[in-house]
Amino acid sequence: MALKVPRHEMPCQDPKERAHNFNEVALGYASETAIEEAQRCLQCKNPKCVQGCPVNISIPEFIQKITEEDFEGAAAIIKQSSSLPAVCGRVCPQESQCEAKCILGIKGESVAIGRLERFVADYEISKGCKIPEVAPPSGKKVAIIGAGPAGLACAGDLAKAGHKVTIFEALHVAGGVLMYGIPEFRLPKDIVQNEICNLEPMGVEILVNQVVGKVTSVHELLQNGYDAVFIGTGAGLPNFLGIPGENLNGVYSANEFLTRTNLMKGYRFPEYKTPVKVGKKVVVFGAGNVAMDAARTALRLGAEEVSIVYRRSRAEMPARHEELEHAEEEGVKFQLLTNPVSIQGDEKGAVKSLTCLRYELGEPDASGRRSPVPIPGSEFDIEVDTVVVAIGQGPNPLVTQSTEGLELNKWGNIVVNEETLETSIPGVFAGGDIVTGAATVILAMGAGKKAAAGINAYLKNKG
Amino acid sequence: MYRVVKRRQLASAPCIVLLEVEAPAVAAKVEPGQFVIVRMDEQSERIPLTVMDFDREKGTITIVIQDVGYSSAMINSMEEGSYFLDFVGPLGVPSEIENHGTVVCIGGGLGVAPVYPIARALKEAGNKLISVIGARSADILILEEEMAAISDELVIATDDGSKGIKGFVTNGLEQILAQGTKIDAIWAIGPVVMMRSVANFTRPLGIKTIVSMNPIMVDGTGMCGACRLTVGDETKFACVDGPEFDGHLVDFDLAMKRLSFYKDEEERAKISKDCDCGKGAQ
Ligand SMILES: Cc1cc2nc3c(=O)[nH]c(=O)nc-3n(C[C@H](O)[C@H](O)[C@H](O)COP(=O)(O)OP(=O)(O)OC[C@H]3O[C@@H](n4cnc5c(N)ncnc54)[C@H](O)[C@@H]3O)c2cc1C
Ligand SMILES: Cc1cc2nc3c(=O)[nH]c(=O)nc-3n(C[C@H](O)[C@H](O)[C@H](O)COP(=O)(O)OP(=O)(O)OC[C@H]3O[C@@H](n4cnc5c(N)ncnc54)[C@H](O)[C@@H]3O)c2cc1C
Ligand code: SF4
Ligand code: SF4
Ligand code: FES
Ligand SMILES: [Mg+2]
Repeated sequence: MALKVPRHEMPCQDPKERAHNFNEVALGYASETAIEEAQRCLQCKNPKCVQGCPVNISIPEFIQKITEEDFEGAAAIIKQSSSLPAVCGRVCPQESQCEAKCILGIKGESVAIGRLERFVADYEISKGCKIPEVAPPSGKKVAIIGAGPAGLACAGDLAKAGHKVTIFEALHVAGGVLMYGIPEFRLPKDIVQNEICNLEPMGVEILVNQVVGKVTSVHELLQNGYDAVFIGTGAGLPNFLGIPGENLNGVYSANEFLTRTNLMKGYRFPEYKTPVKVGKKVVVFGAGNVAMDAARTALRLGAEEVSIVYRRSRAEMPARHEELEHAEEEGVKFQLLTNPVSIQGDEKGAVKSLTCLRYELGEPDASGRRSPVPIPGSEFDIEVDTVVVAIGQGPNPLVTQSTEGLELNKWGNIVVNEETLETSIPGVFAGGDIVTGAATVILAMGAGKKAAAGINAYLKNKG
Repeated sequence: MYRVVKRRQLASAPCIVLLEVEAPAVAAKVEPGQFVIVRMDEQSERIPLTVMDFDREKGTITIVIQDVGYSSAMINSMEEGSYFLDFVGPLGVPSEIENHGTVVCIGGGLGVAPVYPIARALKEAGNKLISVIGARSADILILEEEMAAISDELVIATDDGSKGIKGFVTNGLEQILAQGTKIDAIWAIGPVVMMRSVANFTRPLGIKTIVSMNPIMVDGTGMCGACRLTVGDETKFACVDGPEFDGHLVDFDLAMKRLSFYKDEEERAKISKDCDCGKGAQ
């Protein structure tokens, strides 16, 4: 019977309207919708959905609480495993995680677990932050480098265990990519700050404007009385293609384009004083979440035509389904099986056009994937005045290069013990994108919690 | 919050102001050649400024700002006792301070301020220090006394000849070479056109020439790539790889074009409000 009820749609702003404003696109379930959606869950004895969640949230249990209209109870269950539910409920790639495993998804549509999680988290926020209980002071001090999801989650769990925690953040605000990268229309900044707001009452000190590797260093922190250090500096180094013309005016890294818009609130220029400039015709390289965010941001800043240029086909696009759909609805165009080869400028050094090459899918490779091969002589030009490069980020070397004895892999990511997340330096732990390479919020958050457990054990042994 | 403890007006047209700011953590670590990024308030841009001086004991950093647009005009109107919301640093790679032999430190216009701590450190490292400072005219020449106090020899050049030799800093450099001085290294800091002409002048002579680049920046930590430059065949991020580079390798023309990218928006940000020295925010 429950099977007959279709999955409840997420109410959204009208695509025509929202393509021109920065307000949140997805509006969230009303209580009645949430309860009805929760009732679709079969309350499986062996819930597959939980295995699909990287932090193993007790999904049927929190959904059960929703059906009982005990939203606070639902929130408490989620909080046992996740410290950023309002964020993850919005930005998790649910379709390849919890919802991919949901039993209802086999024949029909999976339970909208992410939307329910968001509903519960938003409900809790609307009732005001509840400060978790904190153990008596342990007398131990821990330094956390980077206030992204990994660092924040680690700080929360360590504070609960009674340790004195100080976060060192390079930017002027905490949140990492959640503040500077993911746009307001997908993840409102108030929601992010709300998730952070209960850390300070728990005794966590957040020091902004502190670039570790410059103003202090990992070894200096250890010498200055910190008993352990957690590195959660993310994957903040923008990749470029290395094609001719990439340093012309009008070519942005996605990080710059999004930082100007989100962190510096360039979309409210000139009230906020940091300019961000977008032309009439915009091309974005890449097809992940970052590329979708850049493309949709360009539309909202007034671009007339925005296209995604991507070397592979639609099936390989790594962005979340929802973002792809939303981008399409808003009018973003897709040039698939296409790769840029050079960018041309005018006499003032501004981008004028782009030369691309068409690709076709070749024979399946060892992994069974058909990889794209260039079609000789298929070059064509696109007229364009803004280019955003969104082809991935590497690890920022500021901390890793300034820390003697820290083992890195060949890509410059930190090598850790998989159980404890301890690095090659005793007492120094690491997690999130700086270890895995650019990944997801939930994985970074999970790593922060795992490292907190590792640090707790380390501090206990240290005596 | 970071308090302004001292303000001194160095020139009025253009308006150039010296501010001493309380930032003990930065002062404890900063080395010559490094910079800070400041934000006055919540709506402000992140503005990069080179450290002109530091006092580790007092915990202060001195910066010198020339009014060129909205944000610099606002900073220049700050009074003693007011606060910066954000003040982050030290950023960038410190200058290569060692005994090179005879060094020439060139500061053009505002560039005298950033070259000052480098010149002083080079002198302390045992170099013979010859300094060349220049400006359009004598009334906007800054930090002459300070430079004179640390230099073995000081050459002044003004465009209009109102002080020192009439001409550019490159003419000052020519004069030094004409005396038969063997120069081991040059630091040249000032407008991009000036740094380009010094580099062009020294390239055929094979004299090592370091310049300090000032591209548009946002974060200053290597995260955004706004500050990228072409140096030799490579792309470099000035905030983490620089700001100092081998002047013979920098693509100055590209750097100049990139500096002008936001011209229209900068016009819009400008205010009619007068700055302290009676000049508009121009
Ligand atoms: C535009 C964009 C969209 C994305 N969309 C999604 C999505 O929809 N869903 C999803 O799950 N994931 C998404 N991601 C990925 C996700 O945001 C990251 O995987 C996650 O934020 C990683 O968390 P982290 O804590 O490891 O690092 P970050 O979030 O990168 O935080 C690192 C923090 O460390 C600070 N830091 C760096 N160096 C220093 C230093 N030297 N000293 C002090 N502090 C330092 C940084 O300023 C930053 O605040 C997106 C990423 C981007 C860029
Ligand atoms: C490493 C470094 C050190 C610097 N040191 C000093 C210094 O010691 N004293 C000083 O007066 N100036 C210094 N500058 C330049 C200073 O940052 C700019 O003059 C200032 O940002 C201009 O902002 P505005 O709003 O007043 O002017 P705007 O009208 O916005 O811009 C005027 C011009 O300044 C440049 N500019 C604008 N925004 C930025 C930005 N965010 N980053 C860099 N340049 C920008 C552009 O070329 C622009 O055309 C330095 C710049 C860098 C990168
Ligand atoms: S955290 Fe992400 S994966 Fe886990 S249940 Fe929530 S939406 Fe699903
Ligand atoms: S697998 Fe689906 S139906 Fe089963 S408990 Fe999880 S959410 Fe409910
Ligand atoms: S200012 Fe962003 S990378 Fe240099
Ligand atoms: Mg400005």
